[in-house]
Amino acid sequence: MNFTADHFALFDLPRVFRLDSGLLEQRYRDLQAQVHPDRHAAGSDSDRRLSLQWATRVNEAAQTLKSPLSRAQYLLRLAAHDLGNGAPQPLPTDFLIEQMEWREAVAEARAAGDHHELEHLRHRLRHDIDQRYAEVAELLDDRHDYPQAADRVQRLMFIEKLVDEIDDGLAACDP
Amino acid sequence: MAYSIKVLDHYENPRNVGSFSKEEPGVATGMVGAPACGDVMKLQIKVGRNGVIEDAKFKTYGCGSAIASSSLVTEWVKGKTIDQALDIKNTQIAEELALPPVKIHCSILAEDAIKAAIADYKKKHGEQAVTG
Repeated sequence: MNFTADHFALFDLPRVFRLDSGLLEQRYRDLQAQVHPDRHAAGSDSDRRLSLQWATRVNEAAQTLKSPLSRAQYLLRLAAHDLGNGAPQPLPTDFLIEQMEWREAVAEARAAGDHHELEHLRHRLRHDIDQRYAEVAELLDDRHDYPQAADRVQRLMFIEKLVDEIDDGLAACDP
Repeated sequence: MAYSIKVLDHYENPRNVGSFSKEEPGVATGMVGAPACGDVMKLQIKVGRNGVIEDAKFKTYGCGSAIASSSLVTEWVKGKTIDQALDIKNTQIAEELALPPVKIHCSILAEDAIKAAIADYKKKHGEQAVTG
């Protein structure tokens, strides 16, 4: 195991967006079993410290690769297209207006405690998100068009936030 | 994270929330977003014939600091000419609201929003209206 390897290499997986999630889970469990601090409880101080560092490293890597958004962001970072905090490309106004309308609809449904409307919004959004990730997969894995992929990922950052807002609203509705 | 008293004040009693009709004369809109936090901000100005901003409204979906930054900016731009409004810097906003370093991007977003609104105004009214 190489501490400085990238997350994909760590799990011996190809560096792609269309990741085999079952395989990732399996490799993650294998690796976690090897480095888990419990297995090194009887070791020296440095052994235990090292195993803790490894366990943290493995966890972080798995978390990053599991979520499609952070996986795409990570692939962009590896390709030196870091999104960072600053906006690389200003987003088109029509996209922002659309986001504003979505947020308004979610805020209204949340204020009204309208469980059905929130479910409905989430359903509509799910379909949209699936299509957007399919496009990101194509841009990253097939066309290697990183600037375009960065633009699409940037939009998905807003949309994932929207999903969080809806989920928060749904959680608040549940008795 | 602890918000400053000024942030809480703007967050709990935001000034100038709402929208102008886009058809109203002198109205211009700035739309901006911050991907990192998913915040969306709309800032509208209503400019008189003399180039002075008579009124401003905003709508922000984001954290308390983003709401406070846009609320503050709508107060600041009123009574300013659009050129004066362009001088508003994010550092002034951050200082006034005592924003912590991790929330500086909220003040940048508010500065971008006012700049976008003025750019929209100039696009609609031509550069001659700028020197008011």
